[in-house]
Amino acid sequence: MPSERELRRRVRSVKNIQQVTQAMQLVAASRMRRAQAAVLASRPYEDRLRTVLHELAPFADPEVSPLLAQREVRRVGVVAITSDRGLVGALNVNVIRMALRFAQRHEGASFIAVGRKAVSAIRRLRLPLLAEFSGLGDRPTTVETGPISRIARDEFVGGGIDEVHLVFPRFVNTLRQVPTTLRILPFRIEPDTAGGPRGAEPPGRLQYLFEPDPETVLNVVLPRLIEVSVYQAVLEAKASEQSARMVAMRNATDAAADLIDEITLAANKARQTRITKEMLEIASGAEALSKG
Amino acid sequence: MPIHIEVITPERKVYEDDVDMVIAPGSEGYLGILPHHAPLLTALGGGEFRVKKGGVEEVLAVYGGFMDVRGDRVVVLTEAAEHVEEIDVAGAQEARERAQQAIRTGGLSAADEARARVSLERALVRIRVGQRRRRRSE
Repeated sequence: MPSERELRRRVRSVKNIQQVTQAMQLVAASRMRRAQAAVLASRPYEDRLRTVLHELAPFADPEVSPLLAQREVRRVGVVAITSDRGLVGALNVNVIRMALRFAQRHEGASFIAVGRKAVSAIRRLRLPLLAEFSGLGDRPTTVETGPISRIARDEFVGGGIDEVHLVFPRFVNTLRQVPTTLRILPFRIEPDTAGGPRGAEPPGRLQYLFEPDPETVLNVVLPRLIEVSVYQAVLEAKASEQSARMVAMRNATDAAADLIDEITLAANKARQTRITKEMLEIASGAEALSKG
Repeated sequence: MPIHIEVITPERKVYEDDVDMVIAPGSEGYLGILPHHAPLLTALGGGEFRVKKGGVEEVLAVYGGFMDVRGDRVVVLTEAAEHVEEIDVAGAQEARERAQQAIRTGGLSAADEARARVSLERALVRIRVGQRRRRRSE
């Protein structure tokens, strides 16, 4: 059994750790609120964009845009999005595992790594890495995520890869982040069938006007959608990161509190034992004297 | 019957309201949308985006994107949009100078040059929309 002094020392050290995790929890909580607001604010854009795309489905022809080219899939591109820093529980591990599983199912997968954790995981395994990005700020903009989508698009159009998939943690709520795979290239545009996502619409096609013409509009919409999908995924990852870190740090703080209670109890017991022992010694000493 | 309009950028929903009329900077020129407009999907240029509601006109600056008109719902998806009151004309003029300077000096990477052109274009829209507004309110 460790000595009382040793136990008191341990209590102090756990208290120090607790202070650190609590500070990190508070920082993550405030960043989390901002990141969550950002991801929620940007979701409508992508949703609407996909709705618009349905109207363009009849014109979606690979002749119009190279982004629609369905080729035999020989090589896939995987854009794996993680955080730069750790202390986020299983968040990054889950994403990386999903990305690697996905890559195993497709021969000749190459990666675009976003976030330091993804970069180092893929480098360590010596998998083909097309590009790496890290150091995106807490409030990423489309300007910052633009190069990611540009590389994916160029590789796809250039024929280096035949499909592009995003793997990222989708933000559900503070306690739940789900690793998700999303194909962004080539586009598969399903025409709006009756009872589709917009069931309220009357069946039968609305006769749409296009300015200046459907092909031009399609060529405006498609590149936007790639950029926005990547941007959205990065925001999802940021919100997930801050949420996961906040929860991880809260768990650590709570665990530290439990540990402090436990060790304090042990220390008090040790103290009591010591005092009892001393009392006994004094008492027996006094008795021995009085007898003599 | 009012038109329900939403102006959405990747960052946020800039504007949402029920209005009487919308005047948008289409890629082929300005176009006005009244209730019961035929379904329309158009690319947008950069410029003044006006909405009229009960005789009051609100002005936004939009920078590209497109507009989906469907029945009495109008959805504008644009790179960026801002209320005219938010426009900082002096700041935009500086941005124009900087961008023009950068392009004139040359020696930029292709990506940097593209970025400079985008910011130049935005600055020009901002100046145009902002100044027109100022004259009107004077």
